[in-house]
Amino acid sequence: MAPSSGSTVAAVAAPLPRAEFQPGALAPYTGAARRRSRRVREAVIAGVLRVCAFSAVAGLLLIVVFVLREAMPVLFDAATRKEASLRAYFATSMWQPVGDIPKYGILPLLVGTLKVVVAAMTFAIPVGVMAAVFASEFAPARIREMLKPAVEMLAGIPSVVLGFFALIVMASWVQSVTGAHSRLNAVNAGLALGLGIIPTIFTVSEDALRAVPRSYREASLALGASRWATAWHVTLPAAGAGVAAGILLGLARAVGETMIVLMASGNAAIVSGDLLDSVRTLSASIAAELAEVVVGSPHYSTLFFLGAVLFAATFIINVFAGLFVERLRKRLAGA
Amino acid sequence: MTTEAIGTLLRPLTKTLGRDWAGKSLQWLTALAALLIVAMVAVILGHIAWFGAPTLTWEFLSTAPRQGMTAGGIFPAIFGTAALVIIMVVALIPFGVGAAIYLHEYARPDAWFTRAIRFSVNNLAGVPSIVFGLFGLGFFIQFLGRNIDRAMGLDVVWGQPALIWAALTLALLNLPVVIVTAEEALRTVPREMREASLALGATRWQTIRNVLLPQAMPGILTGAILSVARGAGEVAPILFTGAAYYLPYLPTRPTDQFMELGYHIYVLSTQSPDIDATKPLLYGTVMVLLLLTMLLNLTAILLRSRMRARLAGRT
Repeated sequence: MAPSSGSTVAAVAAPLPRAEFQPGALAPYTGAARRRSRRVREAVIAGVLRVCAFSAVAGLLLIVVFVLREAMPVLFDAATRKEASLRAYFATSMWQPVGDIPKYGILPLLVGTLKVVVAAMTFAIPVGVMAAVFASEFAPARIREMLKPAVEMLAGIPSVVLGFFALIVMASWVQSVTGAHSRLNAVNAGLALGLGIIPTIFTVSEDALRAVPRSYREASLALGASRWATAWHVTLPAAGAGVAAGILLGLARAVGETMIVLMASGNAAIVSGDLLDSVRTLSASIAAELAEVVVGSPHYSTLFFLGAVLFAATFIINVFAGLFVERLRKRLAGA
Repeated sequence: MTTEAIGTLLRPLTKTLGRDWAGKSLQWLTALAALLIVAMVAVILGHIAWFGAPTLTWEFLSTAPRQGMTAGGIFPAIFGTAALVIIMVVALIPFGVGAAIYLHEYARPDAWFTRAIRFSVNNLAGVPSIVFGLFGLGFFIQFLGRNIDRAMGLDVVWGQPALIWAALTLALLNLPVVIVTAEEALRTVPREMREASLALGATRWQTIRNVLLPQAMPGILTGAILSVARGAGEVAPILFTGAAYYLPYLPTRPTDQFMELGYHIYVLSTQSPDIDATKPLLYGTVMVLLLLTMLLNLTAILLRSRMRARLAGRT
């Protein structure tokens, strides 16, 4: 390889014969031909950029197609359906996918997900929304400038670190306060999960509150309403759709979040109403079990089916959140 | 106790708060919520820094785990994380920036194609990270990898968890981040600059390459940094697409598996045979990951606030 490339270099380096200037020699670089090649190049680039933009659509479609493809046997494959089908999922309330007679009752996973999400939202909604109201309505500029980076830092903490903190540190605090039997339970996971979604709720709500025109507040204050009454009866209702969107986006994240619940919830698949019991969620089941299953087995298809359920649930919530954002935009644009 | 008695007892309090004492105390409650957030961030970061700092030695950063991961360092995990995010960014940036340029410079805002793209970007950002992991396994490994192996007559080389598949899965996960930040950056370039360039006879692409992209570079960089910070911290998408529990060697080929900081934290904190011996290493690893993501996020925040200031100063 080396000698041949050397000779190429030599050929290039050799002095070129001096060309006589001929009229018309520059023709390809001027006039119609040049314009045409330029137009072609522009069109090609526009096409390439269009393809790049389409990658987002393609990505979303591929996710739907390929998660469903692996989940399909649950609905259509006779051999799989003997063990894992929609009926089997609700025929038992036991989730024991590994064993001589595997049981695929998804009820404990649904209950577990619900309990963790309820705990997380109960914590995150009041804190997130109230802090947003504080930041946009009451806080002096200097304090707001300190609050926002703190929230951004919270948002920047990876969920595995929050899971670690809940598992190693927070669980003991929570247990000593609540007196729970199991160190890892729905409350512990819910608190950590709440921490994970507070930034979402805060940021979206605060943006919405700040988008409310000043004139609304001034009118209310001029009528003699207190600052709290103005915030509660005027600003918050005006930004209501945005706050709702923030809560929905937080909800979607809470439903789908994996590492925090996987590490902090204890992962016991039990059906109970007690928030202090250990719980196993849909997302944690996928994360904990998929690495060990045989590809194509009923268990494998079932986990993909659970993934499809998670995708559908979060997708619907996100679409609704999008509608609320749209409504807020229209409302404030009309104001 | 009667209501009047309570009223009398609370008189001094209500008097200092004034007529609107309920409103005032609720106002204070919102301040308390904000304080709670700041306090929790401080407690988490402080706790990790306090227990993690003693472990952070050069040896910890530069050696491999030993004795069943109860001693030694985390170099392979740092190496794996770096390899992962580098491949991810290289795959991600052209698509993300290209998409942003298309959306901001070419697309008609009301065309159905544009609306479909925006809808996808928004909803892609909301897909749970574990579903990305399922997608990576179902598409990249079971479909793409298997078919590459079949086409090339290989045994199982591409059709298994690998660095490249994990990186590509994370790239798709971060696509919305880059598109949104890059588009925001393009928005900061004044209209007049475009018009001046086009008026001088430059084509659309020449305008983009020579005027817009240099101007939008801080924003594009912000997007890249944010995606790296997020990519380094996400564990769920790489659980089944390439992360390894322990590897005695460093990944050198795209089809190798790899160790990763976030996954290492998960493994150390849930599957350690001797949690007390592991704890210092665990705190050290958490600290390294946190420092990494915090520094990246901080850089991104600073870059973005500079960009926004420029935008605000213009109007």
